[in-house]
Amino acid sequence: MIKSAQSKVEYLVTYIVWGLSILLLLSMIFLIYKMVGPGFSTIRWDYFLSEPLNSGRSGGISSILISTLLIVGVCLFVAIPIGLGTAIWLTEFTTSQSFLGQNIRRSLDILAGVPSIVFGLFGNALFCRYLGLGFSIISGGLTLACMVLPILIRSIEVGIRSIPSEHRFSASALGLSTFSQLYHLILPLAVPGIVVGLVLGIGRAVAETAALVFTSGYVDRMPSSISDSGRSLSVHIYDLSMNVPGGESNAYKSVFVILILLFFLNTLTMFLADRLLARKVMNE
Amino acid sequence: MFNSNTLSPQRNDFFLLWTLRSLSLIGGALSLLILLFIVFESSSVIQEIGGLSFFTDASWYPKEGLFNLVPMLAASLLAAFGAALLAAPLGILVGVFCNFYAPQSLAWFYRRCIDLLAGIPSVVYGFWGLVFLVPWIGSLRPPGASLISGIIILTIMILPTMAMTADAIFRTTSKSQLKSASALGFSKWSIIYKIVFPAARKNLFAGFILQIGRALGETMAILMVCGNVVQLPKSFFDPVRTLTANMALEMAYATGQHRSALFVSGLLLLILVVGLVFIADFFEQDLRYD
Repeated sequence: MIKSAQSKVEYLVTYIVWGLSILLLLSMIFLIYKMVGPGFSTIRWDYFLSEPLNSGRSGGISSILISTLLIVGVCLFVAIPIGLGTAIWLTEFTTSQSFLGQNIRRSLDILAGVPSIVFGLFGNALFCRYLGLGFSIISGGLTLACMVLPILIRSIEVGIRSIPSEHRFSASALGLSTFSQLYHLILPLAVPGIVVGLVLGIGRAVAETAALVFTSGYVDRMPSSISDSGRSLSVHIYDLSMNVPGGESNAYKSVFVILILLFFLNTLTMFLADRLLARKVMNE
Repeated sequence: MFNSNTLSPQRNDFFLLWTLRSLSLIGGALSLLILLFIVFESSSVIQEIGGLSFFTDASWYPKEGLFNLVPMLAASLLAAFGAALLAAPLGILVGVFCNFYAPQSLAWFYRRCIDLLAGIPSVVYGFWGLVFLVPWIGSLRPPGASLISGIIILTIMILPTMAMTADAIFRTTSKSQLKSASALGFSKWSIIYKIVFPAARKNLFAGFILQIGRALGETMAILMVCGNVVQLPKSFFDPVRTLTANMALEMAYATGQHRSALFVSGLLLLILVVGLVFIADFFEQDLRYD
């Protein structure tokens, strides 16, 4: 008697879990389809090659793509050295008890939780105002650099930590200086982790909107230099859907472009993280 | 492979160490720098009108020097809590399904979809909300751009991370406990209900708190679907403006006291979010998932 009641509950729960999960999965697929579909069916190659006309209602996104590329470029140019240096120092030169190391780690954890709009406020105050860079690609890139730094550092750290300590012992036994050890041993082995961090960081930077609206600005013409204002793809989508009546069909195309780009980056990250990182550690 | 001058040049090591150390100091000082700048920028208006005015002023009329943040704070909190409350059970459901019910290939596909959704930028969710969700809610009860649209969009946005968190937590449930339980003849659901859930309770709660923090900081999507009217909502169908939306909308042209007041709202948001991170840390048990 008890047993049958219990198995009834069991059946019921199994049906509910399966039913709800499949429903949820289908709605997720539907959601992705609804976002990608309209852009996919209307986009043509010249969309990538022509400049936006009439506030983006017609024309393409060539200048937008260039601005996005420049913003991400500035971001990486600043974030890579700082991120790499910090990650190496945290993993190779500090112990878990070190006061400075612990606090830098905590500070980075907090940084990872700061909302993107607050990065925008900070970037606006520091880069646009105090450093006098104005609404420009360089301000936007620097703001994004602060934002992607925690992700970058975390992935590089994971990459470096996966190197077995035997390697370091052998290098020390051979009398290699710390510098040569880093240059000839640690860095080459840490490349997969660095690449994963970079791809994750680029993904985050491409997706970001709130921090860019008032640091790199709205201007949609081709930027002449990195101190010019430039509109990123995500800001373009925002502007087309909120401020430009009749911009919907072109917004769909931009959504399609950004989603394909992010899908590509996402797949690349997964591939690298799964294959390269795992193989590296197993083979050594 | 190594020529003679790669061997132990002590001077190089010294420079290297100090370069690395200063780079990490830059990295580590950033969060302090952000806090300092936000505090510094907001201090001028706080000194002029006092901190209490942000909660007691008649309304938010920045041109007339009235800076009441309460309606926007309420909107932010309502939207974030609402979304987290909806997303938490769904996320736990996904975690349970992928770990205990689905065959491996389906679980893989499910996780892949969740991954994809997690990577979609908030502006794209906002666009979807604007094109589909808002008209749909509007057909139920105008105007459509409302608190409930914001809650739904935020739910969709934080569901993937909530699901990933739950998935990671359930995956680490002790295998030996699961085996002993099934050896004792426990059915699948009673294992989940009596063993997995109690063990995961604290970490799930920590994940829930973190998601509230994320939802609070979300800007673009909620800006695009909430209607942006500064008011205390009387029902879920009233348009509202959140703290983040307010900053994004007014920052571009704000000057003087107004600009400073926006930094005050940024400071408030920062304190709330970092506070939530600390609370989550307190509940989280020895489990690391990224």
